[in-house]
Order: sequence, then C-alpha cells, then structure tokens
Amino acid sequence: MTATTPVPLSPAGNPIGFGRMLRKEDARFLRGQGHYLDDIKLPGMLHGAILRSPHAHARLVSIDTSAAEAHPKVKAVITGAMLEGLKLAWMPTLSRDVQAVLATDKVRFFGQEVAFVVAEDRYSARDALELIVVEYEPLDPVIDARLALAEGAPVIRDDIEGKKDNHIFDWEAGDREATDRVFSEAEVVVAQDMLYPRVHPAPMETCGSIAHMDRVTGQLTAWSTTQAPHAHRTLYSLVAGLPEHKVRIISPDIGGGFGNKVGIYPGYVLAVVGSIVTGKPVKWVEDRSENLISTSFARDYHMHGEIAASRDGKIKGLRVRVLADHGAFNGTAQPTKFPAGCFHIFPGSYDLDAAHCEVTGVYTNKAPGGVAYACSFRVTEAVYLVERMVDVLADELGIDPAELRRINLLRPEQFPYTNKTGWVYDSGDYGRTLEVALEKAGYTELRRRQAEGRERWRAAGGSPEDPGAGGEHLMGIGLSFFTEGVGAGPKKHMDILGLGMADGCELRVHPTGKAQLRISVQTQGQGHETTFAQIVAHELGIPPEDIEVIHGDTDNTPFGLGTYGSRSTPVSGAAAAVVSQRVREKARIVAAAALECSPEDLEWELGRWQVKGDPEKGKTVAEIAMLAHGTLELPEGVEGHLDASVVYDPPNLTYPYGADICVVDLDPGTGRVKVDRFIAVDDCGPRINPMIVEGQVHGGLADGVGMALMEAIQFDRSGTCLSGSLMDYLLPTSLDCPSWELGETVTPSPHHPLGVKGVGESATVGSPPAVVNAVIDALEPFGVRHADMPLTPAQVWLAMRGRPLRTDIVEM
Amino acid sequence: MRVAMNVNGEEVGAEVEPRMLLVHFLRDELGLTGTHWGCDTSNCGTCVVWMDGEPVKSCTVLAAMASGRDVRTVEGLEQGTQLDPVQEGFMQEHGLQCGFCTPGMMMTARWLLDHNPDPSEAEIREAISGQICRCTGYENIVRAIRWAAAHQPAKEVAS
Repeated sequence: MTATTPVPLSPAGNPIGFGRMLRKEDARFLRGQGHYLDDIKLPGMLHGAILRSPHAHARLVSIDTSAAEAHPKVKAVITGAMLEGLKLAWMPTLSRDVQAVLATDKVRFFGQEVAFVVAEDRYSARDALELIVVEYEPLDPVIDARLALAEGAPVIRDDIEGKKDNHIFDWEAGDREATDRVFSEAEVVVAQDMLYPRVHPAPMETCGSIAHMDRVTGQLTAWSTTQAPHAHRTLYSLVAGLPEHKVRIISPDIGGGFGNKVGIYPGYVLAVVGSIVTGKPVKWVEDRSENLISTSFARDYHMHGEIAASRDGKIKGLRVRVLADHGAFNGTAQPTKFPAGCFHIFPGSYDLDAAHCEVTGVYTNKAPGGVAYACSFRVTEAVYLVERMVDVLADELGIDPAELRRINLLRPEQFPYTNKTGWVYDSGDYGRTLEVALEKAGYTELRRRQAEGRERWRAAGGSPEDPGAGGEHLMGIGLSFFTEGVGAGPKKHMDILGLGMADGCELRVHPTGKAQLRISVQTQGQGHETTFAQIVAHELGIPPEDIEVIHGDTDNTPFGLGTYGSRSTPVSGAAAAVVSQRVREKARIVAAAALECSPEDLEWELGRWQVKGDPEKGKTVAEIAMLAHGTLELPEGVEGHLDASVVYDPPNLTYPYGADICVVDLDPGTGRVKVDRFIAVDDCGPRINPMIVEGQVHGGLADGVGMALMEAIQFDRSGTCLSGSLMDYLLPTSLDCPSWELGETVTPSPHHPLGVKGVGESATVGSPPAVVNAVIDALEPFGVRHADMPLTPAQVWLAMRGRPLRTDIVEM
Repeated sequence: MRVAMNVNGEEVGAEVEPRMLLVHFLRDELGLTGTHWGCDTSNCGTCVVWMDGEPVKSCTVLAAMASGRDVRTVEGLEQGTQLDPVQEGFMQEHGLQCGFCTPGMMMTARWLLDHNPDPSEAEIREAISGQICRCTGYENIVRAIRWAAAHQPAKEVAS
C-alpha cells in the first residue's frame, strides 16, 4: 500500500480512499464564510479586555478600579482580590503547577494579567483599562535563565509554600555510566553550547473565547480557540468546580494553532467569570501584542552538547545538559512522566553506543509556556541539538556532513530499533531517504559550485578581515536528518493531568448509506474534514463526499485529547480506521443475514460484501445500511443500525523521518542570508491525501526558515518583552521563502492500522538545523563553528567577526 | 458620526465613533466577517480589502476615511454562484489551510491579475509580500494565483 496506488473514483470524482482530493472545508473559507471565534456574535454579548503588568517582577500594592467602574459602558471590573473570594485566582497548569488568573500578590512577568474589564463594546473595554490605577513595588527580576539558580537570586514563586529558589525539576534519560565510559574511551570529543531561542507560534488568528453561563440551567457554553476541546472541558470543570455535564466547549474554525491553542489562558477563565458576574455572554479576544507577550511560547532551551566519535567518523555517544526556561509558571503541555517532553529522542537517527541527557527546569520572570510551535513535544529541540552536533563533528573531523550521516544512520535491518534512551522506532530506511534528497539536490554539483564560489570570493579580495570585498557572495549547504516520535501516546506511558492520550471515534452510517464520523481531534487547517472522510472511504467504500466529519464540539463528539504533537492521524486517524472496520464487520453479518448465508462465506470488495465464488450475489454498504435499519431479522445478539464507536490507545508512537537540504546565499558584505533552495524528502508512511501532506510540509519549512533566520522572543534585562508586535517579531514572508522542492519515500508504520505516521510538524522539526547548518557552512572561510539563531544579518555579521551574540537577552 | 459607503455594490451607512476602524465597521456593523483582523500594525494583511479599486489594510483605515468610497471585500469576489478564478485557483492548488489569511490574499491576487494578467512567480511573491500566511509556506498560494492567471475568463481581464 502506498500513496500512489490508484483507487476508484466516486461519482463526484473524488478518490474512494487515499489520493489527491480537494478539500471539503475550502468552500466556506473561499467565500469568507468561515466561522472563526471573533465572527461569533451572541445576543446581548459583552466584551472583555485585560489590564496587563508593565513590570516583569513587582509586588502589587493596590488597585483602584473606581474610575473604570464609573465608565458608562462598563458592566464589571474584576481583580485578583475578587477572584480570591471565588477561589478562582489561581488555576492548575498542564504541568501540575498553578498559574495566576489575575495577579493577587505579585506580578511575575511582563504582560501578566492584572484586571479584567467587561463592557458593552470592545473599544469601551479598552478605554476603561486606562482608568484603572495600579500601584506596583518593583522587584529585581530574573530574566537570564543562566542566573536563575544563582545564590541570592530573587525567588519568583514565593506563592509556593517553602519555595526558596527558582528550581522546577531535574530530569535525566539514558545511561549515564555507559555514556561516560564511551566518552572516556573516545578518540574524538567535541562540545558545543547552543541556544534554541524562545519563539512563538503566532497563528494569524489570536486566542480568544466567548463564555455564556446560563444562570437558570447552570450550563456553561464556551466557544474557544482550542486545539483540545475535550481536555478544556475537563479542565474548566476542575478549575471552576463546574459540573462537567453542564460544560460544553465549542471550538469553531481555528485560524492556525501550532500549539498556541492547547493550554487554557487566564483570558478564557476570565470570560467565564465575566459571564457569571454579568449574566451575559462575554467575548474576550486578545490583540497581537497580548498574543506574543503572554501566550504559550516555545523552546527557550539552553543546551550543552558533547559528541564522541572515532577518527574515521563513527559516532559513539552523545551527552547533553539542558537548562530549560519555563517562565514564571510551569505551564508546559506535555505528558506527565516527561517534564522535558520527548527531548530524550535526541540520539536522533543515528546508531550510537550510548547517550545521556540531563535537563533542569527553572522559573524566570518571563511568560509561561514552553511546548508549542509545532514542536512534537520538544523533538524540535532534540533534532536541532543532534543535527548541529553532527555538523560540528564533521567540521572537527574534516568529513563531509552528508558522508558523516551516511556512516552513522540507522540501517533498515535494525528496525524496530530501541534507541539509547528507550524509544522504540517503528520502521525506517533512512539511508534511502538521504540518498533521494542528495540526488534531488544535486549535492555533488552543489559542492563543486560552492568551491568555485569561495575561490571567486577570495580572488575578488574577500577575506575574514574584509568579507564584503569584491561583492562576491558565498554559498552554504546544510543538511539535517530527523526522526520524530509522534502520536502521543500509549496510555501506559503518556497522560496529561491523569487523562490518558487515547482518542474516541464514532461512526454512524445512515439508512441511505451516507455517514457521519465524530472525532475527538480538532482541525486548525490540517483538513480533517477531508482526510478523515478519505479514511472512512478507504475502509468502507463510501464516497468521501457522502461522509460528514464532525469535530470541535464536546457535546457532539467523543472524548479525546485533541490535535497537537502531530497526533491526529497517528491516533485519531487510527481510531477512524478501526471504527470503520468495526462497521464493516457488522455490515458483513447483516449482509449474510440478507443473503441467507454465513458471514464466513462473504468476501469484501471495496464498498460491498459478496459471496465467495459468486460475486454477482452481494450487498453494497448502502444496501446493507438500509437493511440494518429495516425489518430484516438479524442473528441472535446482533442489534440493528450500522454504527460503531471505539477508543484507540496507540500501542506505540509513530516515527516519521526525513532528510532536509538547504542551500543559502550569503552576502558577506551585509550578513544577509537568503534561502535559495530547500529540498525536503519526507517519509511519513503512506499519504492519505498527498496534496494536504505537501501543504503541511511547505508550511513547516517556512516556520523553519523563520526560526533559523528571524524569529525570537527577546527581553531586555528589566524583563520587558521586546518582541510584542509583528514589526518586532518577524515572520517569514513570500520573499523569504524559496519554492520548496519536495520528495518522498514510503515506509509504513507496522502498528498503525493504515501504516501512516503523521507529518504535521515534521518540517518544522527538521528544517531549522538544515538552515543553520547551511549558514554556518557558508561561514566556513571565517572559521565559524556555531552561532545561535536567529541568524539575522546583524548576528551573521558579528559571527563573521568571531563574536556572535546571545539571542535571548538584548543588552540595551 | 455618520459614515456611508458602497460595499460590494451596496450602499450602506451607519452611525459610528470617529475612531472606528474600517475592519471593525465591516465585521461588526455590516456582519461581513470574511475580512479578518490579525495584527493592528499593518504587517499581516489578513484585513486587506479594496478601497476605490486599491488594496488597503483595513485595520489601519478609519471607517470615516472610507466614507463616500467604494469598498470591495472577499464577499464581493463571487459573481452570483460563480467563483472568481482566484477563489477557484486557491481551491485547486490547495492555497489555503486554516483559511484565515485567505480572504486578504485573494483580494491582493485579484488586484494583481487585474493589473498584470500573466504575472511571473517573482511578481506574485512581491505582490503578496505584505501579507503573512503561517500554514502554506506561500508555495501553493503562488501556484493558486498562477492557476487563476491561466484560467481567467477573457472578459474579466483588465485592458
């Protein structure tokens, strides 16, 4: 089974199964008829706005809301003190910490929520914020994660009883002793410090919520920009003590998520409180600045990597120490057992003897978050670490980076492969994928042209002392090979706040043979309404246009933990396949009853059960559906109708992988880097809808270029966030991106019922190191071994002069 | 203050605050929610509409500034039940994922094709460079606009 196997077409011309199919959801978006959160307008709806802290760390002395309350259009002003009375001032985070809904004692990051105004319209709500007078007593902030554990550092979380420092956790994975032994015996050891800077998913639609508490029925309905509506329902219930059967979360069309819309933000809770207080629906939508300064950031990993190898290029071991900046509250979304997410997949795609990592999490006076931006629970950081280390080693050994990877990539016969930190990679043929990418890139020719270019640059007078002389540019070629573990996750290993990461799915085939599939995951652009219909079509032969996919409303869908970490297809997609198979088996019993034969006498031909050896005699799924709802007498114990439901608990993660090659053009006169080419060869197993898969890869590659070259959430030493608008936090535009060159190999997952592996984050995970490796490669004439992202013209210019900057803090 | 304008061929008017932004007027007063808001600083372009035939970022235009003018939004692209070739192109080439930037992108694309019926890839990239898409990496948006260029009904091509 591969993505290219042709399947029959439906009357509407769609593939009855896998293949390129135009998206069902496009019809509304193309006409401006999408239904995003801010498009919703309820009768009597009020508007909320949040007053935020201008300090990173300060004691709250007093709040005077009287002038705001006197504003003629203001209906309520809510403060932390009021929430304390309702026991709602603090809410649990996804990492078993607490976060202030509104500050009560102190503010702990720039932009923290301090007060909430509810008014008749959004402009008046904003006006009233200006009328609130807050007195702060500024405290020394902790902005530099490297100083968070220093003696005498201010204690941020003095709300936690007995807390005397800013330490959150220590965690390790792998075999320390074995790794130390490998390092002590190694011929070559190279070390490198690197920062994966704090970045932000910045979806085009910001976060928001509309809460409506019906005072009569006690029913809370919340329309919310959430990637995980069911998890939110349970959390609302836990946070506010609301009975869960009276809580309904509706996730409408989502204008991009990328992990930004996984957690619950204070604004969501405040909308609920606003509705409780006023008795009206309350809408809260953050502005762009609020989105960037207060909602879930990603990365902020200070990493020290060491790699051990033999002289001839065989990698022996990896050792990593990480300082993880989690901000003021530990609000990362990740499986309970893994405080560093899946970072311990850092041995990557290579055959090593030993590996070990230690991660220390610290509080700083920065916004909370940490797992977002298409990171597959920190696989992004892990892949960046190992792919930079391999290039550092290549530089040390004088071996071509492609050759060094060839020597060390896992071989097909090693799968399933248990890596040195315990992950069981399901399937792979890494070498082939690398060769496809190298071939596609014309790697040998690129290296030849690069050498010629360097010669021209030197001949024109270019030198480390005068990089821009002669105006010649330099080419850089960067590789990365990534292995992701996605589809969290097996209940035996993974939960969030005790909720297992399995997904429910329900399928109803109506009497006329049309179907509805109810899924627990939530699309933010991934095209679930199309892809999931194709999965059912693949299993049942029902045309995909006859299958409606229902999602995003907790009252109408089964429980599941939502869409992030590339988990929809690996987990919920498997659930959709299994539920379809159950319906197919039931259809067999019904067909046998109608044909007066035994179910064993029937064979399946897409869309139809027919008698073995007499294929003329059979029943289509539509005929069977009518029979199942009709008066046909069914065998003892078989109920009517043609429905099924499942809960799918994945036996393992799936492990998509790929090879990325980036070609950059560096202007050494200015430090400006332009991505000329980007080749991405992905193996995500069979592709349900190759058009959608390629689209997701395109988007992830743009993310990678953005992170490598321009994106960073930065702070000054006082803790002011300097990246609070899209003028300061740069996102890649059409001019920053090349025309992407994609390729594929197909290695099915052995345990997924469709063999598919998930792809949503692959490109975001794999591409940043390819871009950075390309830039560092372009800087070879300057002897540069590393410079931290983002490689802005200024950073590259300084790197050429041997003094690249720290990119987490901007010295003013 | 009272503002009155022609939106997608219809005369509309309302009493609004002088500070009301055009994007809010379209969305909140007229219920035309196809035009989106994304950044406040004219960087993202999800709010692009036409004013007197030129693309503008409606988050940085006051409703009052649009008074007396012709405004065209994404809701005005479809002719009857016939999708504009730009809309069709975005579907055929998978030029949208979450759909949030799409209306603004399509308004710019329509303007580009009206003024340059056969744009090169570089010209397309230049035209949409003031707008941000987080999902597509721009590749399929470029292809969508190329598709529309290749499928323009002859009568709609500007002279």
